[in-house]
Amino acid sequence: MTAPLLAVENVGRRFGGFVALEGVTAAFQPGKVTSIIGPNGAGKSTFFNVLSGVLTPSSGSVRFKGKDLAGVRQHEFVHLGIARSYQITNIFPELSAHENVRVAAQAGRARYNIWTNRKRFSELDDKADAALVAVGLAAKRTETAKFLAHGQQRALEIAIALTSDPQVLLLDEPTAGMGPEETRDMVALLEKLASERTILLVEHKMKMILGLSDRILVLHHGRLIADGSPRDIQTDSEVRRVYLGQNDGYA
Amino acid sequence: MSSPALAAPATASERKPSSVTAALAAYRVPLSILALCLLPWLLPSKALAVNVLVYGVVAVGYNLLFGYTGLLSFGHAAFFGAGAYITGIAIGQFGVPWLVAVFLGILGGGALAFIIGGLTTRTRGIYFSMVTLALAQLVYYVALQASSWTGGENGLRGFTVDKINLFGTTINFLDPINKYYVLMMFAALALWAVSRILNSPFGAAIEAIRENERRARTCGYDVEKTKLLAFTLSGLICALAGTMSALHLAFVPLDVLHYHTSGMIVMMTLLGGARSFFGPFVGALAFLLMEDVFSLWTSHWQIIVGSIFILFVLFLPRGLWGTFLEKAVR
Repeated sequence: MTAPLLAVENVGRRFGGFVALEGVTAAFQPGKVTSIIGPNGAGKSTFFNVLSGVLTPSSGSVRFKGKDLAGVRQHEFVHLGIARSYQITNIFPELSAHENVRVAAQAGRARYNIWTNRKRFSELDDKADAALVAVGLAAKRTETAKFLAHGQQRALEIAIALTSDPQVLLLDEPTAGMGPEETRDMVALLEKLASERTILLVEHKMKMILGLSDRILVLHHGRLIADGSPRDIQTDSEVRRVYLGQNDGYA
Repeated sequence: MSSPALAAPATASERKPSSVTAALAAYRVPLSILALCLLPWLLPSKALAVNVLVYGVVAVGYNLLFGYTGLLSFGHAAFFGAGAYITGIAIGQFGVPWLVAVFLGILGGGALAFIIGGLTTRTRGIYFSMVTLALAQLVYYVALQASSWTGGENGLRGFTVDKINLFGTTINFLDPINKYYVLMMFAALALWAVSRILNSPFGAAIEAIRENERRARTCGYDVEKTKLLAFTLSGLICALAGTMSALHLAFVPLDVLHYHTSGMIVMMTLLGGARSFFGPFVGALAFLLMEDVFSLWTSHWQIIVGSIFILFVLFLPRGLWGTFLEKAVR
Protein backbone atom coordinates (compact mmCIF):
# COMPACT_ATOMS: atom_id res chain seq x y z
CA MET A 1 0.00 0.00 0.00
CA THR A 2 1.34 3.38 -1.02
CA ALA A 3 1.55 6.32 1.36
CA PRO A 4 -1.72 8.23 1.55
CA LEU A 5 -1.97 11.40 -0.50
CA LEU A 6 -4.30 13.07 1.96
CA ALA A 7 -4.77 12.04 5.56
CA VAL A 8 -6.99 13.44 8.28
CA GLU A 9 -6.38 12.42 11.84
CA ASN A 10 -8.86 12.84 14.62
CA VAL A 11 -10.18 16.04 13.04
CA GLY A 12 -12.83 18.04 14.87
CA ARG A 13 -14.48 21.39 14.30
CA ARG A 14 -16.62 23.35 16.72
CA PHE A 15 -18.73 26.43 16.15
CA GLY A 16 -19.17 27.82 19.65
CA GLY A 17 -20.88 25.03 21.54
CA PHE A 18 -21.96 23.21 18.42
CA VAL A 19 -19.82 20.27 17.39
CA ALA A 20 -19.94 20.03 13.60
CA LEU A 21 -17.20 17.46 13.24
CA GLU A 22 -15.55 15.20 15.80
CA GLY A 23 -12.78 12.63 15.74
CA VAL A 24 -12.75 11.94 12.01
CA THR A 25 -9.81 9.85 10.86
CA ALA A 26 -9.35 8.75 7.27
CA ALA A 27 -6.65 8.44 4.64
CA PHE A 28 -7.08 8.83 0.91
CA GLN A 29 -5.03 6.97 -1.68
CA PRO A 30 -4.15 8.43 -5.06
CA GLY A 31 -6.44 7.80 -7.99
CA LYS A 32 -9.63 6.83 -6.24
CA VAL A 33 -13.12 8.24 -6.04
CA THR A 34 -14.36 8.60 -2.49
CA SER A 35 -17.86 9.81 -1.74
CA ILE A 36 -18.91 11.40 1.51
CA ILE A 37 -22.54 10.94 2.38
CA GLY A 38 -24.73 11.57 5.36
CA PRO A 39 -28.05 13.19 6.28
CA ASN A 40 -28.39 16.98 6.24
CA GLY A 41 -26.27 18.56 8.96
CA ALA A 42 -24.01 15.53 9.20
CA GLY A 43 -20.89 17.64 8.78
CA LYS A 44 -20.11 16.91 5.13
CA SER A 45 -19.64 20.53 4.14
CA THR A 46 -17.63 21.24 7.28
CA PHE A 47 -15.41 18.29 6.45
CA PHE A 48 -14.88 19.64 2.92
CA ASN A 49 -14.20 23.12 4.22
CA VAL A 50 -11.55 21.74 6.56
CA LEU A 51 -9.96 19.77 3.70
CA SER A 52 -9.84 22.84 1.45
CA GLY A 53 -8.65 25.35 4.03
CA VAL A 54 -11.87 27.36 4.23
CA LEU A 55 -12.05 26.36 7.91
CA THR A 56 -9.23 25.42 10.22
CA PRO A 57 -9.86 22.34 12.33
CA SER A 58 -10.46 22.94 16.05
CA SER A 59 -8.58 19.74 16.77
CA GLY A 60 -6.65 17.07 14.93
CA SER A 61 -4.56 17.42 11.81
CA VAL A 62 -4.80 17.30 8.04
CA ARG A 63 -1.78 16.10 6.11
CA PHE A 64 -1.19 16.34 2.39
CA LYS A 65 1.72 14.31 1.00
CA GLY A 66 3.01 14.08 4.56
CA LYS A 67 2.95 17.85 5.13
CA ASP A 68 0.84 19.17 7.98
CA LEU A 69 -1.56 21.77 6.59
CA ALA A 70 -1.94 23.67 9.88
CA GLY A 71 -1.24 27.35 9.25
CA VAL A 72 -1.54 27.04 5.47
CA ARG A 73 -3.85 29.78 4.20
CA GLN A 74 -6.81 28.97 2.01
CA HIS A 75 -5.46 30.44 -1.19
CA GLU A 76 -2.31 28.32 -0.90
CA PHE A 77 -4.20 25.01 -0.99
CA VAL A 78 -4.65 25.11 -4.74
CA HIS A 79 -0.94 25.74 -5.23
CA LEU A 80 -0.18 22.64 -3.14
CA GLY A 81 -2.50 20.55 -5.32
CA ILE A 82 -5.92 20.60 -3.65
CA ALA A 83 -8.69 22.23 -5.69
CA ARG A 84 -12.42 22.33 -5.04
CA SER A 85 -15.83 23.26 -6.34
CA TYR A 86 -18.72 24.57 -4.29
CA GLN A 87 -22.23 23.34 -3.65
CA ILE A 88 -23.69 26.59 -4.97
CA THR A 89 -22.22 27.40 -8.36
CA ASN A 90 -19.23 29.61 -7.84
CA ILE A 91 -17.89 31.17 -11.02
CA PHE A 92 -17.05 34.64 -12.34
CA PRO A 93 -20.46 35.60 -13.78
CA GLU A 94 -19.51 38.58 -15.96
CA LEU A 95 -16.47 36.97 -17.58
CA SER A 96 -16.56 34.70 -20.61
CA ALA A 97 -16.12 30.95 -20.11
CA HIS A 98 -12.59 31.23 -21.42
CA GLU A 99 -11.75 34.20 -19.19
CA ASN A 100 -13.13 32.30 -16.18
CA VAL A 101 -10.76 29.43 -16.74
CA ARG A 102 -7.86 31.60 -17.86
CA VAL A 103 -7.85 33.76 -14.75
CA ALA A 104 -7.86 30.58 -12.68
CA ALA A 105 -4.91 29.20 -14.64
CA GLN A 106 -3.13 32.52 -14.24
CA ALA A 107 -3.15 32.21 -10.44
CA GLY A 108 -0.44 29.57 -10.68
CA ARG A 109 1.70 31.69 -13.00
CA ALA A 110 1.39 35.46 -12.46
CA ARG A 111 -0.49 37.03 -9.57
CA TYR A 112 1.25 40.34 -8.97
CA ASN A 113 2.63 41.21 -12.39
CA ILE A 114 1.21 44.69 -13.00
CA TRP A 115 3.13 45.61 -16.14
CA THR A 116 3.32 42.82 -18.75
CA ASN A 117 0.43 42.52 -21.16
CA ARG A 118 -1.47 39.43 -20.14
CA LYS A 119 -1.78 38.38 -23.80
CA ARG A 120 1.90 37.51 -23.67
CA PHE A 121 1.15 34.62 -21.33
CA SER A 122 -0.19 32.62 -24.27
CA GLU A 123 0.43 29.31 -22.53
CA LEU A 124 -2.43 30.25 -20.21
CA ASP A 125 -4.79 30.45 -23.18
CA ASP A 126 -3.80 26.94 -24.18
CA LYS A 127 -4.23 25.70 -20.64
CA ALA A 128 -7.65 27.34 -20.39
CA ASP A 129 -8.75 25.88 -23.71
CA ALA A 130 -7.56 22.44 -22.66
CA ALA A 131 -9.63 22.66 -19.47
CA LEU A 132 -12.69 23.76 -21.43
CA VAL A 133 -12.24 20.85 -23.83
CA ALA A 134 -11.86 18.46 -20.89
CA VAL A 135 -15.29 19.39 -19.53
CA GLY A 136 -16.94 19.69 -22.96
CA LEU A 137 -17.33 23.45 -23.04
CA ALA A 138 -15.03 24.24 -25.95
CA ALA A 139 -17.95 25.50 -28.03
CA LYS A 140 -18.95 27.94 -25.26
CA ARG A 141 -15.54 29.59 -25.12
CA THR A 142 -16.64 33.20 -25.68
CA GLU A 143 -19.99 33.03 -23.96
CA THR A 144 -20.52 35.11 -20.81
CA ALA A 145 -20.61 32.69 -17.88
CA LYS A 146 -23.88 33.95 -16.41
CA PHE A 147 -25.69 33.10 -19.66
CA LEU A 148 -24.59 29.46 -19.61
CA ALA A 149 -27.08 26.74 -18.70
CA HIS A 150 -26.92 25.48 -15.12
CA GLY A 151 -25.19 22.23 -16.04
CA GLN A 152 -22.67 24.13 -18.12
CA GLN A 153 -21.92 26.45 -15.21
CA ARG A 154 -21.28 23.42 -12.99
CA ALA A 155 -18.94 22.04 -15.64
CA LEU A 156 -17.25 25.43 -15.93
CA GLU A 157 -16.56 25.42 -12.22
CA ILE A 158 -14.89 22.03 -12.56
CA ALA A 159 -12.84 23.41 -15.46
CA ILE A 160 -11.75 26.26 -13.19
CA ALA A 161 -10.64 23.72 -10.57
CA LEU A 162 -8.84 21.63 -13.19
CA THR A 163 -6.58 24.44 -14.42
CA SER A 164 -4.31 24.04 -11.41
CA ASP A 165 -3.86 20.38 -12.40
CA PRO A 166 -4.78 19.31 -8.87
CA GLN A 167 -3.88 15.96 -7.38
CA VAL A 168 -6.93 16.09 -5.17
CA LEU A 169 -10.23 17.39 -6.48
CA LEU A 170 -12.95 18.12 -3.91
CA LEU A 171 -16.39 18.36 -5.50
CA ASP A 172 -19.28 19.53 -3.36
CA GLU A 173 -22.46 18.15 -4.95
CA PRO A 174 -21.40 18.54 -8.58
CA THR A 175 -24.85 17.46 -9.79
CA ALA A 176 -26.87 19.70 -7.44
CA GLY A 177 -29.93 21.01 -9.23
CA MET A 178 -29.31 18.95 -12.34
CA GLY A 179 -31.82 16.94 -14.30
CA PRO A 180 -31.23 13.28 -15.21
CA GLU A 181 -29.53 14.03 -18.53
CA GLU A 182 -27.18 16.62 -17.15
CA THR A 183 -26.40 14.30 -14.25
CA ARG A 184 -25.52 11.51 -16.65
CA ASP A 185 -23.10 13.80 -18.49
CA MET A 186 -21.52 14.90 -15.22
CA VAL A 187 -21.02 11.29 -14.14
CA ALA A 188 -19.31 10.57 -17.45
CA LEU A 189 -17.04 13.56 -16.87
CA LEU A 190 -16.23 12.47 -13.32
CA GLU A 191 -15.39 8.96 -14.48
CA LYS A 192 -13.01 10.41 -17.03
CA LEU A 193 -11.37 12.70 -14.44
CA ALA A 194 -11.10 9.90 -11.88
CA SER A 195 -8.64 8.00 -14.05
CA GLU A 196 -6.04 10.70 -13.46
CA ARG A 197 -6.61 12.14 -10.02
CA THR A 198 -8.02 11.62 -6.56
CA ILE A 199 -11.59 12.76 -6.28
CA LEU A 200 -13.59 13.37 -3.12
CA LEU A 201 -17.26 13.89 -3.62
CA VAL A 202 -20.16 15.06 -1.51
CA GLU A 203 -23.36 13.81 -3.08
CA HIS A 204 -26.97 12.99 -2.36
CA LYS A 205 -27.80 10.98 -5.45
CA MET A 206 -27.34 7.48 -4.08
CA LYS A 207 -27.51 5.57 -7.34
CA MET A 208 -24.84 7.75 -8.86
CA ILE A 209 -22.55 7.39 -5.85
CA LEU A 210 -22.80 3.63 -5.72
CA GLY A 211 -21.79 3.32 -9.36
CA LEU A 212 -19.03 5.88 -9.29
CA SER A 213 -17.27 5.47 -5.95
CA ASP A 214 -14.46 3.17 -4.97
CA ARG A 215 -15.15 4.00 -1.36
CA ILE A 216 -17.81 5.72 0.69
CA LEU A 217 -17.55 7.56 4.01
CA VAL A 218 -20.71 8.08 6.02
CA LEU A 219 -20.95 10.99 8.44
CA HIS A 220 -23.65 11.35 11.05
CA HIS A 221 -23.79 14.14 13.64
CA GLY A 222 -20.20 15.04 12.80
CA ARG A 223 -18.85 11.55 13.36
CA LEU A 224 -17.60 9.02 10.87
CA ILE A 225 -19.91 6.03 11.30
CA ALA A 226 -18.90 3.94 8.31
CA ASP A 227 -16.04 3.73 5.84
CA GLY A 228 -15.90 1.11 3.14
CA SER A 229 -16.70 -0.04 -0.37
CA PRO A 230 -20.16 0.74 -1.77
CA ARG A 231 -21.14 -2.88 -1.13
CA ASP A 232 -20.09 -2.67 2.54
CA ILE A 233 -21.97 0.56 3.01
CA GLN A 234 -25.13 -0.80 1.43
CA THR A 235 -25.22 -3.65 3.87
CA ASP A 236 -24.11 -1.72 6.95
CA SER A 237 -26.91 -1.81 9.49
CA GLU A 238 -25.83 1.41 11.27
CA VAL A 239 -25.86 3.30 7.97
CA ARG A 240 -29.30 1.98 7.14
CA ARG A 241 -30.54 3.04 10.55
CA VAL A 242 -29.37 6.67 10.39
CA TYR A 243 -29.91 7.12 6.72
CA LEU A 244 -33.40 5.77 6.59
CA GLY A 245 -34.33 7.03 10.02
CA GLN A 246 -35.77 3.68 11.09
CA ASN A 247 -34.78 0.93 13.41
CA ASP A 248 -36.90 -1.93 12.22
CA GLY A 249 -38.31 -3.25 9.06
CA TYR A 250 -35.00 -3.65 7.29
CA ALA A 251 -33.12 -6.83 7.26
CA MET B 1 -19.86 16.62 -21.99
CA SER B 2 -20.97 17.42 -25.46
CA SER B 3 -24.35 15.73 -25.36
CA PRO B 4 -27.52 17.63 -26.29
CA ALA B 5 -28.39 18.33 -22.67
CA LEU B 6 -25.39 20.56 -22.21
CA ALA B 7 -25.36 21.96 -25.72
CA ALA B 8 -26.03 25.61 -26.29
CA PRO B 9 -29.43 27.09 -25.70
CA ALA B 10 -30.55 28.79 -28.90
CA THR B 11 -30.34 32.28 -27.42
CA ALA B 12 -27.64 34.46 -28.87
CA SER B 13 -25.56 35.67 -25.99
CA GLU B 14 -22.20 35.42 -27.69
CA ARG B 15 -20.03 38.40 -26.93
CA LYS B 16 -18.91 39.80 -30.22
CA PRO B 17 -17.69 43.34 -29.73
CA SER B 18 -17.93 45.44 -32.86
CA SER B 19 -14.77 46.42 -34.65
CA VAL B 20 -15.23 50.02 -33.44
CA THR B 21 -15.37 48.95 -29.79
CA ALA B 22 -12.37 46.71 -30.29
CA ALA B 23 -10.40 49.56 -31.91
CA LEU B 24 -11.39 51.94 -29.11
CA ALA B 25 -10.15 49.42 -26.57
CA ALA B 26 -6.91 48.63 -28.37
CA TYR B 27 -5.97 52.28 -28.87
CA ARG B 28 -7.48 53.67 -25.70
CA VAL B 29 -4.30 55.37 -24.53
CA PRO B 30 -3.39 57.25 -27.74
CA LEU B 31 -7.06 58.14 -28.31
CA SER B 32 -7.41 59.43 -24.74
CA ILE B 33 -4.28 61.53 -25.13
CA LEU B 34 -5.56 62.90 -28.44
CA ALA B 35 -8.77 63.92 -26.65
CA LEU B 36 -6.73 65.62 -23.94
CA CYS B 37 -4.71 67.53 -26.54
CA LEU B 38 -7.91 68.99 -27.98
CA LEU B 39 -9.61 69.64 -24.64
CA PRO B 40 -8.41 73.20 -23.82
CA TRP B 41 -9.69 74.43 -27.22
CA LEU B 42 -13.14 72.98 -26.62
CA LEU B 43 -13.76 74.30 -23.11
CA PRO B 44 -14.79 77.82 -22.07
CA SER B 45 -11.60 78.42 -20.07
CA LYS B 46 -8.10 77.03 -19.86
CA ALA B 47 -8.32 76.88 -16.06
CA LEU B 48 -11.34 74.60 -16.40
CA ALA B 49 -9.37 72.40 -18.77
CA VAL B 50 -6.58 72.01 -16.19
CA ASN B 51 -9.18 71.16 -13.55
CA VAL B 52 -10.62 68.46 -15.81
CA LEU B 53 -7.11 67.09 -16.21
CA VAL B 54 -6.52 66.98 -12.46
CA TYR B 55 -9.87 65.46 -11.50
CA GLY B 56 -9.85 63.20 -14.53
CA VAL B 57 -6.63 61.62 -13.24
CA VAL B 58 -8.06 61.29 -9.72
CA ALA B 59 -11.17 59.61 -11.04
CA VAL B 60 -9.20 57.22 -13.29
CA GLY B 61 -6.94 56.33 -10.38
CA TYR B 62 -9.91 55.89 -8.07
CA ASN B 63 -11.64 53.70 -10.64
CA LEU B 64 -8.79 51.20 -10.51
CA LEU B 65 -10.04 50.42 -7.02
CA PHE B 66 -13.76 51.11 -7.39
CA GLY B 67 -14.65 50.00 -10.91
CA TYR B 68 -12.10 47.25 -11.39
CA THR B 69 -11.44 45.83 -7.90
CA GLY B 70 -14.97 46.53 -6.66
CA LEU B 71 -14.02 48.41 -3.49
CA LEU B 72 -16.02 51.54 -2.66
CA SER B 73 -13.58 53.83 -0.86
CA PHE B 74 -14.86 57.07 0.65
CA GLY B 75 -11.39 58.20 1.60
CA HIS B 76 -9.49 58.94 -1.57
CA ALA B 77 -9.32 62.66 -0.78
CA ALA B 78 -6.54 61.67 1.66
CA PHE B 79 -4.18 60.53 -1.11
CA PHE B 80 -5.11 63.37 -3.43
CA GLY B 81 -4.55 65.84 -0.61
CA ALA B 82 -1.36 64.16 0.58
CA GLY B 83 0.13 64.49 -2.89
CA ALA B 84 -0.82 68.16 -3.04
CA TYR B 85 0.44 69.04 0.45
CA ILE B 86 3.71 67.14 0.17
CA THR B 87 4.51 68.80 -3.17
CA GLY B 88 3.61 72.23 -1.81
CA ILE B 89 5.62 71.81 1.38
CA ALA B 90 8.59 70.37 -0.48
CA ILE B 91 8.74 73.34 -2.85
CA GLY B 92 7.69 76.11 -0.46
CA GLN B 93 9.53 75.13 2.71
CA PHE B 94 12.47 73.09 1.46
CA GLY B 95 13.12 74.64 -1.93
CA VAL B 96 13.05 71.25 -3.63
CA PRO B 97 13.01 71.37 -7.48
CA TRP B 98 9.45 71.01 -8.77
CA LEU B 99 9.95 67.68 -10.52
CA VAL B 100 11.49 66.14 -7.41
CA ALA B 101 8.60 67.57 -5.39
CA VAL B 102 6.17 65.84 -7.75
CA PHE B 103 7.87 62.51 -7.13
CA LEU B 104 7.90 63.10 -3.38
CA GLY B 105 4.17 63.87 -3.53
CA ILE B 106 3.43 60.68 -5.45
CA LEU B 107 5.56 58.55 -3.12
CA GLY B 108 4.15 60.17 0.02
CA GLY B 109 0.56 59.75 -1.13
CA GLY B 110 1.32 56.18 -2.17
CA ALA B 111 2.86 55.41 1.23
CA LEU B 112 -0.23 56.81 2.95
CA ALA B 113 -2.39 54.63 0.69
CA PHE B 114 -0.31 51.61 1.63
CA ILE B 115 -0.88 52.31 5.33
CA ILE B 116 -4.59 53.09 5.06
CA GLY B 117 -5.02 50.20 2.62
CA GLY B 118 -3.31 47.86 5.04
CA LEU B 119 -5.77 48.89 7.74
CA THR B 120 -8.90 48.77 5.57
CA THR B 121 -8.66 46.10 2.87
CA ARG B 122 -9.34 43.33 5.36
CA THR B 123 -12.79 44.77 5.98
CA ARG B 124 -15.61 44.34 3.50
CA GLY B 125 -18.59 46.13 2.03
CA ILE B 126 -19.97 49.04 4.02
CA TYR B 127 -17.34 48.58 6.73
CA PHE B 128 -14.60 49.15 4.20
CA SER B 129 -16.29 52.35 3.02
CA MET B 130 -16.78 53.61 6.57
CA VAL B 131 -13.24 52.86 7.73
CA THR B 132 -11.71 54.57 4.68
CA LEU B 133 -13.93 57.58 5.39
CA ALA B 134 -12.92 57.67 9.05
CA LEU B 135 -9.19 57.38 8.35
CA ALA B 136 -9.36 60.05 5.65
CA GLN B 137 -11.07 62.37 8.13
CA LEU B 138 -8.25 61.62 10.53
CA VAL B 139 -5.81 62.83 7.87
CA TYR B 140 -7.97 65.94 7.44
CA TYR B 141 -7.78 66.81 11.13
CA VAL B 142 -4.05 66.15 11.25
CA ALA B 143 -3.61 68.65 8.40
CA LEU B 144 -5.88 71.11 10.20
CA GLN B 145 -3.87 70.87 13.43
CA ALA B 146 -0.41 70.83 11.88
CA SER B 147 -0.89 74.39 10.72
CA SER B 148 2.78 75.36 10.88
CA TRP B 149 3.34 72.87 8.06
CA THR B 150 0.05 72.99 6.21
CA GLY B 151 -1.27 76.47 6.90
CA GLY B 152 -4.24 74.94 8.69
CA GLU B 153 -7.59 76.39 7.70
CA ASN B 154 -6.02 78.99 5.45
CA GLY B 155 -4.48 76.36 3.24
CA LEU B 156 -0.95 76.12 2.01
CA ARG B 157 0.52 78.99 0.01
CA GLY B 158 3.86 80.38 -1.06
CA PHE B 159 5.18 77.79 -3.46
CA THR B 160 4.37 79.33 -6.82
CA VAL B 161 6.16 77.62 -9.65
CA ASP B 162 6.51 80.25 -12.36
CA LYS B 163 9.22 78.83 -14.61
CA ILE B 164 10.13 75.27 -15.18
CA ASN B 165 12.99 73.66 -17.02
CA LEU B 166 11.97 70.76 -19.14
CA PHE B 167 14.04 69.06 -21.83
CA GLY B 168 16.59 71.86 -21.74
CA THR B 169 14.14 74.69 -22.34
CA THR B 170 12.63 77.10 -19.86
CA ILE B 171 8.87 77.18 -19.92
CA ASN B 172 6.73 79.97 -18.50
CA PHE B 173 4.45 77.95 -16.23
CA LEU B 174 2.13 80.88 -15.54
CA ASP B 175 0.90 80.77 -19.12
CA PRO B 176 -2.29 78.65 -18.97
CA ILE B 177 -1.62 76.80 -22.21
CA ASN B 178 1.93 75.89 -21.22
CA LYS B 179 0.66 74.81 -17.85
CA TYR B 180 -2.01 72.65 -19.43
CA TYR B 181 0.34 70.82 -21.76
CA VAL B 182 2.99 70.25 -19.10
CA LEU B 183 0.42 68.80 -16.71
CA MET B 184 -1.12 66.86 -19.58
CA MET B 185 2.14 64.91 -19.90
CA PHE B 186 1.63 63.68 -16.34
CA ALA B 187 -1.98 62.83 -17.09
CA ALA B 188 -0.88 60.93 -20.19
CA LEU B 189 1.65 58.98 -18.13
CA ALA B 190 -1.03 58.16 -15.57
CA LEU B 191 -3.46 56.95 -18.25
CA TRP B 192 -0.76 54.84 -19.85
CA ALA B 193 0.21 53.32 -16.49
CA VAL B 194 -3.40 52.54 -15.57
CA SER B 195 -4.00 51.01 -18.98
CA ARG B 196 -0.97 48.78 -18.59
CA ILE B 197 -2.08 47.72 -15.12
CA LEU B 198 -5.54 46.85 -16.42
CA ASN B 199 -4.03 44.80 -19.28
CA SER B 200 -1.66 42.95 -16.97
CA PRO B 201 -2.25 39.63 -15.20
CA PHE B 202 -2.83 41.70 -12.06
CA GLY B 203 -5.64 43.49 -13.91
CA ALA B 204 -7.30 40.12 -14.48
CA ALA B 205 -6.81 39.20 -10.82
CA ILE B 206 -8.54 42.32 -9.47
CA GLU B 207 -11.47 41.81 -11.84
CA ALA B 208 -11.73 38.23 -10.62
CA ILE B 209 -11.87 39.50 -7.04
CA ARG B 210 -14.57 42.01 -7.98
CA GLU B 211 -16.57 39.28 -9.70
CA ASN B 212 -16.33 36.66 -6.99
CA GLU B 213 -13.98 37.06 -4.07
CA ARG B 214 -14.45 33.54 -2.74
CA ARG B 215 -13.79 31.93 -6.10
CA ALA B 216 -10.71 34.11 -6.60
CA ARG B 217 -9.37 32.94 -3.26
CA THR B 218 -10.12 29.31 -4.09
CA CYS B 219 -8.28 29.78 -7.40
CA GLY B 220 -5.18 30.68 -5.43
CA TYR B 221 -5.19 34.47 -5.27
CA ASP B 222 -4.16 36.08 -2.00
CA VAL B 223 -7.20 38.37 -1.90
CA GLU B 224 -5.94 40.64 0.91
CA LYS B 225 -2.54 41.19 -0.66
CA THR B 226 -4.04 41.80 -4.11
CA LYS B 227 -6.52 44.33 -2.72
CA LEU B 228 -3.76 46.12 -0.84
CA LEU B 229 -1.68 46.39 -4.01
CA ALA B 230 -4.71 47.72 -5.93
CA PHE B 231 -5.41 50.21 -3.15
CA THR B 232 -1.81 51.42 -3.16
CA LEU B 233 -1.62 51.76 -6.96
CA SER B 234 -4.89 53.67 -6.91
CA GLY B 235 -3.51 55.92 -4.17
CA LEU B 236 -0.35 56.58 -6.20
CA ILE B 237 -2.36 57.79 -9.19
CA CYS B 238 -4.57 59.97 -6.97
CA ALA B 239 -1.47 61.43 -5.30
CA LEU B 240 -0.10 62.31 -8.74
CA ALA B 241 -3.32 64.19 -9.42
CA GLY B 242 -2.83 65.98 -6.11
CA THR B 243 0.63 67.16 -7.08
CA MET B 244 -0.79 68.37 -10.42
CA SER B 245 -3.45 70.29 -8.52
CA ALA B 246 -0.83 71.91 -6.27
CA LEU B 247 1.28 72.99 -9.25
CA HIS B 248 -1.81 74.29 -11.04
CA LEU B 249 -3.25 76.38 -8.22
CA ALA B 250 0.00 77.26 -6.41
CA PHE B 251 -2.23 76.77 -3.40
CA VAL B 252 -3.53 73.79 -1.44
CA PRO B 253 -6.87 74.49 0.21
CA LEU B 254 -7.62 72.39 3.29
CA ASP B 255 -10.79 71.31 1.45
CA VAL B 256 -8.85 68.90 -0.76
CA LEU B 257 -8.73 66.57 2.23
CA HIS B 258 -12.37 66.98 3.15
CA TYR B 259 -14.80 64.12 2.60
CA HIS B 260 -16.63 66.33 0.10
CA THR B 261 -13.66 65.75 -2.18
CA SER B 262 -13.89 61.98 -1.67
CA GLY B 263 -17.59 62.13 -2.47
CA MET B 264 -16.96 64.19 -5.56
CA ILE B 265 -14.45 61.62 -6.84
CA VAL B 266 -17.07 58.87 -6.40
CA MET B 267 -19.68 60.98 -8.19
CA MET B 268 -17.40 61.76 -11.12
CA THR B 269 -16.52 58.11 -11.54
CA LEU B 270 -20.14 56.96 -11.47
CA LEU B 271 -21.25 59.78 -13.74
CA GLY B 272 -18.74 58.79 -16.40
CA GLY B 273 -19.01 55.03 -15.98
CA ALA B 274 -17.12 52.92 -13.48
CA ARG B 275 -16.57 49.89 -15.67
CA SER B 276 -14.80 51.71 -18.46
CA PHE B 277 -11.24 52.93 -18.82
CA PHE B 278 -11.97 56.50 -19.97
CA GLY B 279 -15.39 56.86 -18.31
CA PRO B 280 -14.10 58.48 -15.10
CA PHE B 281 -12.34 61.14 -17.14
CA VAL B 282 -15.56 61.89 -19.00
CA GLY B 283 -17.30 61.98 -15.63
CA ALA B 284 -14.86 64.55 -14.29
CA LEU B 285 -15.39 66.65 -17.41
CA ALA B 286 -19.18 66.43 -17.11
CA PHE B 287 -19.16 67.21 -13.39
CA LEU B 288 -16.88 70.24 -13.71
CA LEU B 289 -18.76 71.55 -16.76
CA MET B 290 -22.04 71.31 -14.86
CA GLU B 291 -20.49 73.07 -11.90
CA ASP B 292 -19.14 75.76 -14.20
CA VAL B 293 -22.47 76.35 -15.95
CA PHE B 294 -24.91 75.96 -13.07
CA SER B 295 -22.87 77.97 -10.59
CA LEU B 296 -23.31 80.96 -12.92
CA TRP B 297 -27.07 80.68 -12.47
CA THR B 298 -27.35 79.83 -8.82
CA SER B 299 -25.21 79.36 -5.75
CA HIS B 300 -27.26 76.20 -5.13
CA TRP B 301 -25.74 74.46 -8.15
CA GLN B 302 -25.11 71.34 -6.08
CA ILE B 303 -28.86 70.68 -5.96
CA ILE B 304 -28.96 70.47 -9.74
CA VAL B 305 -25.78 68.43 -10.08
CA GLY B 306 -26.94 66.12 -7.27
CA SER B 307 -30.30 65.56 -8.94
CA ILE B 308 -28.65 64.76 -12.25
CA PHE B 309 -26.33 62.37 -10.44
CA ILE B 310 -29.29 60.54 -8.88
CA LEU B 311 -30.96 60.24 -12.27
CA PHE B 312 -27.77 58.76 -13.68
CA VAL B 313 -27.46 56.18 -10.94
CA LEU B 314 -31.10 55.20 -11.41
CA PHE B 315 -31.38 55.20 -15.19
CA LEU B 316 -27.88 55.06 -16.66
CA PRO B 317 -25.90 52.86 -14.30
CA ARG B 318 -23.14 52.49 -16.90
CA GLY B 319 -22.56 56.24 -16.84
CA LEU B 320 -22.08 58.62 -19.74
CA TRP B 321 -19.16 56.92 -21.38
CA GLY B 322 -20.29 53.38 -20.61
CA THR B 323 -23.70 54.07 -22.13
CA PHE B 324 -22.10 55.70 -25.15
CA LEU B 325 -19.91 52.66 -25.72
CA GLU B 326 -22.89 50.38 -25.37
CA LYS B 327 -25.48 52.26 -27.43
CA ALA B 328 -23.83 54.55 -29.93
CA VAL B 329 -20.85 52.48 -30.94
CA ARG B 330 -22.33 49.02 -31.18
